[in-house]
Amino acid sequence: MNGPQLLEEHVGRLVTSMGAFFPGERTVFRGHNLHTSLKDMDWLEIYTFGITGRRFTPQQMKVLHALWTYTSYPDARLWNNRVAALAGTARSTTPLGLGAALAISEAGIYGGIVELRASEFITRAKILVDGGADLNEIVRIELKLQRSIGGYGRPLVSGDERIPPLMVLVRQQGFDNGPHLKLAFEVEKILLAGRWRMRMNYVGLSSALCADLGMSAREYYFFAIPAFFAGMPPCYLDAAEKPEGMLFPLPCRMLSYEGVPRRRWRVAKPTTQVDE
Amino acid sequence: MSDERTEYIHTRIWQEDAEQDNAFAALSCHCHGYDVYGDLLVHASWIEYLFLLFRGEAPTSQQAKLLEGLAIALANPGPRDAAVHAAMCGGVGGSTSASCLMAALAVGAGASGGAREVYIAMEDWVTRGNELSLWQSGLAVKPVDDPADVWPVPGHPAGFDPYGVRCTTPVLQTLAHLASLGCGSSLIWLQANRPLLESAAVLPLAMPGVAAAALRDLGCTPEQGEMLFLLLRLPGAAVHALEQKEYGHKNFPFFRIELENDPGPMQEVESRTGENT
Repeated sequence: MNGPQLLEEHVGRLVTSMGAFFPGERTVFRGHNLHTSLKDMDWLEIYTFGITGRRFTPQQMKVLHALWTYTSYPDARLWNNRVAALAGTARSTTPLGLGAALAISEAGIYGGIVELRASEFITRAKILVDGGADLNEIVRIELKLQRSIGGYGRPLVSGDERIPPLMVLVRQQGFDNGPHLKLAFEVEKILLAGRWRMRMNYVGLSSALCADLGMSAREYYFFAIPAFFAGMPPCYLDAAEKPEGMLFPLPCRMLSYEGVPRRRWRVAKPTTQVDE
Repeated sequence: MSDERTEYIHTRIWQEDAEQDNAFAALSCHCHGYDVYGDLLVHASWIEYLFLLFRGEAPTSQQAKLLEGLAIALANPGPRDAAVHAAMCGGVGGSTSASCLMAALAVGAGASGGAREVYIAMEDWVTRGNELSLWQSGLAVKPVDDPADVWPVPGHPAGFDPYGVRCTTPVLQTLAHLASLGCGSSLIWLQANRPLLESAAVLPLAMPGVAAAALRDLGCTPEQGEMLFLLLRLPGAAVHALEQKEYGHKNFPFFRIELENDPGPMQEVESRTGENT
């Protein structure tokens, strides 16, 4: 079957086991009736069930809830939150601001991209260590190839205030001896002892915890998407409730121009070959 | 007053002088050294200004023609395109205009027909240049999944049509026109070697492949190319979203779904008299 024929098979229909809405009758969510079988789930349970197809214990859910709660920062200086707040000050709508702020959270030095890297690293390291590899060597190679390790180090500051309270809860719920978590702390020891001086950050801890709860790297990446979300509406609200344009106004003098000197536009520039 | 003077936005693109009586209003704006409202507005075209913004220099007439041709080719991929489809989903439901464009950007960002595909194809140009043997060996290798990458693994070689039978007429027309403008060597080389490249990919050339070559001939980096591709495809998404808003949801496909694991009609319906619905 070639390309167009393959596409033809799917015209106008979706075959799926993820779910469907039967208007006026019922809704099926991953093979279960949403309004009967799954009606007692809280929102985070249905969210994680949607991602993994698995159910988590009340103790596990408590930790998963805390992972989000402890990183809900209503600080409009943070780059992703600032997008939500700028939407407020510019009098855009709340979903536009929050949607954009969520999208921005998939960043290279924090958020989504780091989360996936961290989870992939710790799950891979665990497999390698279980197979007899030396953790020091795994860390050394990772740093050589990637120049950093997802889940270690932090922009702006080195410590992470979220880790101590989360670890209290993790101990209370009995998840402090998980193999990925122990390995994550061993990686931190190696990084602190070497010249890198990098501490484990919140992503390093949460990705290891989620790996101990059976999440794959991609499941954790999905799970973490709304991690910052609760901090965003307050940023929008605060800016929206103040007079318009009051959030971080920028006077002309705050632009530091570092480009070419002033020049005149030529109406018809001579035709030349493109520069490479 | 807070000491904001220690913090700046550093830029090589934009320079402003403030009005004497208002630090928050610009008296003049210069873009890469050119007076935007005193000079460019009068003497430059939109396409020339767009080129200046991205490349930092005024374009030659060939470069301006190439960017203009590319902009026309990309402006509207049509309502069957996934990014435009996404924008129409916004329009038909009465969503805000910005959300329609955000939807088009999000879907049109992908590695299958979207800006990520252009980015990957431009990276291929960086590593392979005009070396046919490098292209042939590279295209023979299936894209490898990187589990640490947020971008899902592409299902096909970048720049080619995963479901195509032969290179489509619009793609051929675009390639022929853009290559004829004589700006850079990538488009000309692509046109000359297209059959060999298609044999190596076992797929026909697609519009993102032509766009990647054109953007390279314009001197763009893969990152600049990715951004420009996202930007240049927005007009079509905008107008189709507006059009579907007018037609309304009753004239928009809802499609059919076939559940593979349907538990059947609700068995246990609790009595909920008095509850709001």
